[in-house]
Amino acid sequence: MQFHKYDVVVVGAGGAGMRAAIESGQRARTAVLTKLYPTRSHTGAAQGGMCAALANVEEDNWEWHTFDTIKGGDYLVDQDAAEVMAKEAIDAVLDLEKMGLPFNRTPEGRIDQRRFGGHTRDHGKSPVRRSCYAADRTGHMILQTLYQNCIKHGVEFFNEFYVLDVNMTTDADGSQRCTGAVAYELATGEIHVFQAKSVIFATGGFGKVFKTTSNAHTLTGDGLGIIYRKGLPLEDMEFYQFHPTGLAGLGILISEAVRGEGGILRNADGERFMERYAPTIKDLAPRDIVARSMALEVLEGRGAGPNKDHVLLDVTHLGEEVLESKLPDITEFSRTYLGVEPLNEPVPVYPTAHYAMGGVPTNVEAEVLADNENVVPGLYAAGEVACVSVHGSNRLGTNSLLDINVFGRRAGIAAAEYANRNEFLELPEEPAQLVEGMVNHLRTAEGGERVATIRTALQETMDANASVYRTEETLKQALSDVQLLKERYGRVAVHDKGKRYNHDLLEAVELGFLLDLAEALVNSALARKESRGGHAREDYTTRDDTNFMRHSMQYKQLPDEEDPNAPLGLTGFRSDIRLDYKPVTVTRYQPMERKY
Amino acid sequence: MTAPTTNANSETADLPSDAPPIPEGATMVTVKIERYNPEVDDDLHWESYRIPALPSDRVLNLLHYIKWYIDGTLTFRRSCAHGVCGSDAMRINGVNRLACKVLMKDMFAKKGETSITVEPIKGLPVEKDLLVDMEPFFEAYKAIKPYMVTTGNDPTRERFQSVAERERFDDTTKCILCAACTTSCPVYWSEGSYFGPAAIVNAHRFIFDSRDEAAEERLDILNDIDGVWRCRTTFNCTDACPRGIQVTKAIQEVKRALMFRRR
Repeated sequence: MQFHKYDVVVVGAGGAGMRAAIESGQRARTAVLTKLYPTRSHTGAAQGGMCAALANVEEDNWEWHTFDTIKGGDYLVDQDAAEVMAKEAIDAVLDLEKMGLPFNRTPEGRIDQRRFGGHTRDHGKSPVRRSCYAADRTGHMILQTLYQNCIKHGVEFFNEFYVLDVNMTTDADGSQRCTGAVAYELATGEIHVFQAKSVIFATGGFGKVFKTTSNAHTLTGDGLGIIYRKGLPLEDMEFYQFHPTGLAGLGILISEAVRGEGGILRNADGERFMERYAPTIKDLAPRDIVARSMALEVLEGRGAGPNKDHVLLDVTHLGEEVLESKLPDITEFSRTYLGVEPLNEPVPVYPTAHYAMGGVPTNVEAEVLADNENVVPGLYAAGEVACVSVHGSNRLGTNSLLDINVFGRRAGIAAAEYANRNEFLELPEEPAQLVEGMVNHLRTAEGGERVATIRTALQETMDANASVYRTEETLKQALSDVQLLKERYGRVAVHDKGKRYNHDLLEAVELGFLLDLAEALVNSALARKESRGGHAREDYTTRDDTNFMRHSMQYKQLPDEEDPNAPLGLTGFRSDIRLDYKPVTVTRYQPMERKY
Repeated sequence: MTAPTTNANSETADLPSDAPPIPEGATMVTVKIERYNPEVDDDLHWESYRIPALPSDRVLNLLHYIKWYIDGTLTFRRSCAHGVCGSDAMRINGVNRLACKVLMKDMFAKKGETSITVEPIKGLPVEKDLLVDMEPFFEAYKAIKPYMVTTGNDPTRERFQSVAERERFDDTTKCILCAACTTSCPVYWSEGSYFGPAAIVNAHRFIFDSRDEAAEERLDILNDIDGVWRCRTTFNCTDACPRGIQVTKAIQEVKRALMFRRR
């Protein structure tokens, strides 16, 4: 075991982690621990853009952006947080430009802007050009630019260090404070304890609970799992976004920017069906609405293809110039993976699991909440892992790249300032105990269960029972499947018993997190007997503000350490969840019916 | 598109009993992988696996099948699985490719059974199987100052840049640092101290950015004995780039900038 001491530890090196590290690194001694090389992070897969009311090409202001975000999130957004994000969006974009990001330009040489789903002028009157972009690789350019600036500022990276635990001290009143993090070094199998005054989690989402997903193989919700297993809450887990346009059957993302540039969704009859569901903004309605409309078209027999199981994204009228200059990557995805030439024929698409609106609850300073009122001193979270909540029950396109920049920056500043105000706390007596137990158990386990088999079964039940449309029946099925799979997970064995780059072991650990998070997702989805944003119940089809205008907060009930039922080395891996709720912060926008 | 061999369903004997059912339309193929785990092996060796493949499978799917159902010790990096993260560069049938971008329909043999070979990229130390030490690669990248350098106060709003100025370096902004180009370069194989194509591509990205003010410094760095002059213009790098960057052209443009000291 090795010990390290830093003021601030950042876990994860995607957009939020690196944006935090750039701030923190200039204020306090900072280390970034990351499972992947920084440039492999999934921020790089984001395509369409980052919205900010720059008003470079037409009239716009941050208040309209705030309203769109709140309405887009079906009023479950904490409005104070949305205001912060929309206001700071402008500087967030300008900061990136100054760091070197090569945005596309207007003829006047300013940052160009384009339309995006749910972003409108003057409270829903018509689509507005708000998204700042670099072709259809905006996320790639953000990731590269942030990594470049981390190099410029000498940020210290520990690459392929997989953080598996966060250390806490418990005060006399039972409240916890953060004292550091524990990482497993993939190259050597060695365990490293990082003592720190503050820890920022920026580990991204958990799309791999689903089979059809735009998410990377590595997006397994590690940060959420770690924090959840500490008895800390997860917020709004039932709200998971299905992006309308995944390549049919594959889930690979085709950006909403395609529709922003004029692409049209059609059913098997060639009908532009979004005209029926969202008469004003049509194909540029928010993602939850478009995804549901697509699913309905297929359910009602108007799907395209031999199995009538998808719809078509038509860009044939846009012309080669637009496709090659503004949408080159997705044009290539379509050619490579489906063999479809978008210039001549429409692209088969269907919703794909994309983004977790919920996550580790934080306030606008990125401090992690221990409950509805109190924070965990020294513990921060930003990006998809966190739930501020700026996305409510449905995130608008481009607001994730914005979220990571605004709240990544805030987390970096807040964590560094906290570190500079406070002394190091003593580490627990055996800081690596939990991680050693987990790793040793998995490395030596002889059970007959295979990681891939359990993971596939998990993803299949989640796709079948907890995706775009849900009912009590399907969710109960998913819950019992997941709990059965958790039991089987207790007997999982890995084939690779070595220490060096043991990715077999890594996948087993990741599966444990996925199972915990799938269970939390389904559990709060069952309890939310309404339809709101990304959560659509066929048995409760309307929004119910009287009973459900509130955030869900789920706490894992931790077992006794002596619990004989806890699988060896996997303590805490049980299914008792306490479900609580937290009020939504409303400032100036009273909930209204959501129509587009 | 399917290969002219027997249907995979008739020969499942060697596959584990709990592997997923073989999908309709699958063909049995042989995947030969160069393996090396210093914990147990003295040397590199080849292992062959006979597994089912669909025309729509990518080579990455086949590697996953082997890892998940046949040999969990097989080690390689991957993440996004659609060619944007740059994790899974490897030598497939002797050429550098991203495993997630090679479709099996393009790999099936015209006659007889299909066999494909997979090796780690060359020129970087092999750590385990297909996974190599990326540190030397990133060191070369960092050496060319891969970040925008400006002097004086920042403007209140954005820096202006014309559409044409932005277009000037568009191609080299696509780099995902997968190392496919650098590790396809014969000069890099023999002289590891050469900066390599990827580092030069990223220098190009800043040298030709109208907003940047450190072009001269970067040009000086690349004028070094291990700089651009090592390039022998073999175009391997351009062929290898999964992002379609005109790598050799970018290197030539840097050479020209050095010769004439103007951009």
